[in-house]
Amino acid sequence: MAHESTYQPSNGFARWMDARLPIMRLAHDSVVDFPTPKNLNYWYTFGGILTFCLAVQIITGVILAMHYVANVDLAFASVEKIMRDVNYGWLLRYVHANGASMFFLAVYLHIFRGLYYGSYKAPREVLWILGVVIYLLMMATAFLGYLLPWGQMSLWGANVITSLFGAIPLIGEALQTWIVGGFAIDNATLNRFYSLHYLFPFMIAGVVLLHIWALHVPGNNNPTGVEVQDKQDTVPFHPYYTMKDAFALTVFAILFAYFVFFDPNVLGHAVNYVEANPLVTPEHIVPEWYLLPFYAILRAITFDIGPISAKLGGVIAMFGSIAILFFLPWLDTSKVKSARYRPLYKQFFWIFVVVCLILGWLGAQPAEGGYVVAAQILTAYYFAHFLIILPVLGLVETPSAVPVSISDAVLSGAPAADAGPASGAGAPAGATAAPDRNA
Amino acid sequence: MAGKIAGAVVIAAALIGAGTTAAHAAGAYKEPRDVAWGWEGPFGTFDRAALQRGFQVYTQVCAACHGLKYVKYRNLGDDGGPGFSAAEVKAIAAQYQVTDGPNEDGDMFERPALPKDAFIEPFENEQIARLANNGAYPPDLSLMTKARDGGADYLYSLLVGYEDAPADLTMQPGMNYNPYFSGKQIAMAQPLYADSVEYADGTQASVDQMAKDVVTFLHWAAEPKLEARKRTGFSVMTFLVILAGLLYFTQRKIWSDQH
Repeated sequence: MAHESTYQPSNGFARWMDARLPIMRLAHDSVVDFPTPKNLNYWYTFGGILTFCLAVQIITGVILAMHYVANVDLAFASVEKIMRDVNYGWLLRYVHANGASMFFLAVYLHIFRGLYYGSYKAPREVLWILGVVIYLLMMATAFLGYLLPWGQMSLWGANVITSLFGAIPLIGEALQTWIVGGFAIDNATLNRFYSLHYLFPFMIAGVVLLHIWALHVPGNNNPTGVEVQDKQDTVPFHPYYTMKDAFALTVFAILFAYFVFFDPNVLGHAVNYVEANPLVTPEHIVPEWYLLPFYAILRAITFDIGPISAKLGGVIAMFGSIAILFFLPWLDTSKVKSARYRPLYKQFFWIFVVVCLILGWLGAQPAEGGYVVAAQILTAYYFAHFLIILPVLGLVETPSAVPVSISDAVLSGAPAADAGPASGAGAPAGATAAPDRNA
Repeated sequence: MAGKIAGAVVIAAALIGAGTTAAHAAGAYKEPRDVAWGWEGPFGTFDRAALQRGFQVYTQVCAACHGLKYVKYRNLGDDGGPGFSAAEVKAIAAQYQVTDGPNEDGDMFERPALPKDAFIEPFENEQIARLANNGAYPPDLSLMTKARDGGADYLYSLLVGYEDAPADLTMQPGMNYNPYFSGKQIAMAQPLYADSVEYADGTQASVDQMAKDVVTFLHWAAEPKLEARKRTGFSVMTFLVILAGLLYFTQRKIWSDQH
């Protein structure tokens, strides 16, 4: 949270700099001395991990861009040149491709952490919204980047998604032609997707800075959902969380390295090693795994709703499933933040996780028969979770006793794993009565 | 909580496992045979002799129709590959003619291939390739073990899997029966018969042997950096595991005053 700066410039140059551009002061206040709740668990390390992922993608991407050629006749061959002739090109390519998957793995764990602990609730609504913006930019970046290798899946996946714009009433056809740069995906599309794919990560970096700024105003949430009340509740970010984050990052890197060095193609699609051919349609067209749940939702709408065609309905449902996240802080009516003290919500949270996983699996299946029915049911549940369950739960749920403060929760041995209600530390605080001076 | 997370992870793993071997509704086919390839596993390497035999099978059987355009003759001498010497690579390349030019007179001319040239293509363009093959286009093999679901197992099964068509199946004209191919009818006739090739190192050239060797060669062609990748991976993993251990004890020490 906004706190008094304790930075003391240690030498003449530092004092001189501090009077002109207090960047060392900013760094010190943000990552050295920043008072952080002392009870953060490993689910809170993914923010740092995500920053690492963004840096890795940008660095590998910029170097790949020195060798990649964005022309339909040369793109596929330029990627093979990178894999075979560029020094460590194979490493750059596999890190970049698997890095995208790791980036999304981390972002999903980061988002679900937020859902579980109520990190989106007041006063962190803008923080949450900025996060959803970053997520949208990430999806756009991944989609743009996937066209670049110019494989079969690149072309046909882009075909499916760009054709969705054609479903928009009145302006759809013109919009699709404008985006694609012609009547079919061709060189114009590849060039502009390359340009935008290079641009978007720097937009992400900018929004990430805003995201961290928005975090530092109220300070971090924590597993109890009880706001920090005094210095007792916090520890300085360095060395407590710098080293905890470093350890978590190293474990994450081990998983990353496993994919890059020992199974670099398992998360991709074999058919993308076939050069794009507009005359041959692959047997199955699927996006990368991290976009599968939304693909399932898109294909679930198989019926017209009045004037809205099934295609347009699918587009609305797909974008709606992400747009609804923007409203989450207001849809969840509970005053208690953390699922630790919300026994009913906790169960619905895990049901929601399973629903998302199954939607992801359905996205990879052919859109036929039972798979479509299942996708329809789960899509309906997805929206019901946000529009019905969350608002109602906050009103009818009886939360367990919320701790008086973070210190109390830590001292009374609140479970490191969220196994159930807190062991009644301090006065049993009800849903609206949690003493919270920062509310 | 831990149990719930474990449960969710197990479900996730099962679903992803099921998803990546996604249901192939169209064109039913037989699942490829599982082969224990020497390059599989964290310490896998290519068998040099198998690569050289596979190269021989490729040049004498497959190269008549299939190109290998992303491989250059000099790659035959690279680390982690068939391990031909520089002189052998020059000699191999010189067996083939490539078009070069224009020269000072403005003419295109033929010259023997050099190590820097890519493997020559069997046909000048796709149209000629189709004309020579009943309308079917023999795909380039540079990436074939990565470009098909099932990879090397699938390619091997395909090569050894030719059978007589079952009595109740009507074969399309010019097609051959292979239960491993999607739709079970493939334009390529059986390419390998016993002793199609006389191996330079004297190995018995059974269909199974030739199939294994040529698939090994093709997997090298698709992943020439495999050995370097796994070697580097071992070093990286060792480094990370040690680093993780050090960081774990560091943060435990730092946090000890909070417990």
